[in-house]
Amino acid sequence: MTEAVATAQKREYWRWREYDWRDESLDWKRAGGISVGIDVGSVSSQAVVMCDGKLFAYSSLRTGSNSKTSAQRALEVALQETGMPREKVNYLVATGYGRVNIPFAQKAITEIACHARGANFIYGPTVKTVLDMGGQDCKAIRCDGRGKVTNFLMNDKCAAGTGRGMEVMAELLQIPIEDVGPASLSLPEEPPPVSSTCVVFAKSEALGLLRQNWSKEKVLGSFCLAMAHRTVELLSRVGVEKDFAITGGISKNIGIVKRIETKLGVEALKPSIDPQIAGALGAALFAKALYEKELSGNAKTGS
Amino acid sequence: MLANYGYKDGSGEYFIAIDTDKCNGCGACVKACPADVFEITADPFDPLAEKQVAVIKEDHRKKIKYSCALCKPTGERPPLPCTAACEPQAIAHSW
Repeated sequence: MTEAVATAQKREYWRWREYDWRDESLDWKRAGGISVGIDVGSVSSQAVVMCDGKLFAYSSLRTGSNSKTSAQRALEVALQETGMPREKVNYLVATGYGRVNIPFAQKAITEIACHARGANFIYGPTVKTVLDMGGQDCKAIRCDGRGKVTNFLMNDKCAAGTGRGMEVMAELLQIPIEDVGPASLSLPEEPPPVSSTCVVFAKSEALGLLRQNWSKEKVLGSFCLAMAHRTVELLSRVGVEKDFAITGGISKNIGIVKRIETKLGVEALKPSIDPQIAGALGAALFAKALYEKELSGNAKTGS
Repeated sequence: MLANYGYKDGSGEYFIAIDTDKCNGCGACVKACPADVFEITADPFDPLAEKQVAVIKEDHRKKIKYSCALCKPTGERPPLPCTAACEPQAIAHSW
């Protein structure tokens, strides 16, 4: 095998970077309460550690075939270099697809409630509409100023318009997943959207378009446009009230975000914290509230 | 809160909306539904509240069109048992 062939075969275009972060200036030993949220999604898993309601550390990794080990790994990576042992965690809430299979979580909460709560923390109380574009589903959520859900809609019957669909396209067109957004916007004018909403059919349609000599960028633009269109239809059912925010992995794809903004005529808020951790962040905030509730309950009964 | 259970696909939109502000958790819909799609649980979308509300069972959410087909014949349609049984009128069907 020549070297060129070997490198081409090794390159995985869909593969996105795993990452972790921690606030070195925060001393966890002084914290009164440590709450953790773990979001085990279909594609990625996040763990968020909070000290007294302040963001302390987080990680975002790929979900494996086992929810329990994925959750464990996410927490381990978030806590590494902090010196905090896992036993110090006062309350742990799990969310996401794999939430029911995490034995060390005190409570499992649906990701819809967590995303609204997390978005409220990231973007502030003005957020009224949250669009969570996840790995395998898409949720349109309306919430109030405290991050409480008032109306929601979930599309989890089909992977079109999700992160997984994007991975498939990146691999097919051999464009690294981080470059998909900018590449799809590099066109002089918008192509017509692909007609299929199903990922499997969209893939064969994209192949057909490539055979008709469409450029990779044009095919991507066409796919992104179809994805944005589908999402906007979902949003229109719950209604869009300003301010509008997008969470989940796809919120980092400028090609999709720009197209959704154009279709809605509303600009999405710019995040101050990584919007992909919104679910786990919301879970950590619920963990804090539940821990405080437990403490006050114990105080009342005198135990 | 308005909880929309169901999906949208190529053939149409199939959602049952339950207004949890109106729902009193009485369970009349659970008894009325011949397909057994409802259950009464703690509100999954408001974990800090202790209210019991009606939700659509997980395994019916992705096939609600077929679960509800029994009560939705083409042609003349009698009132739906769930909406008729719900005193606070918290249940609405989109199709």
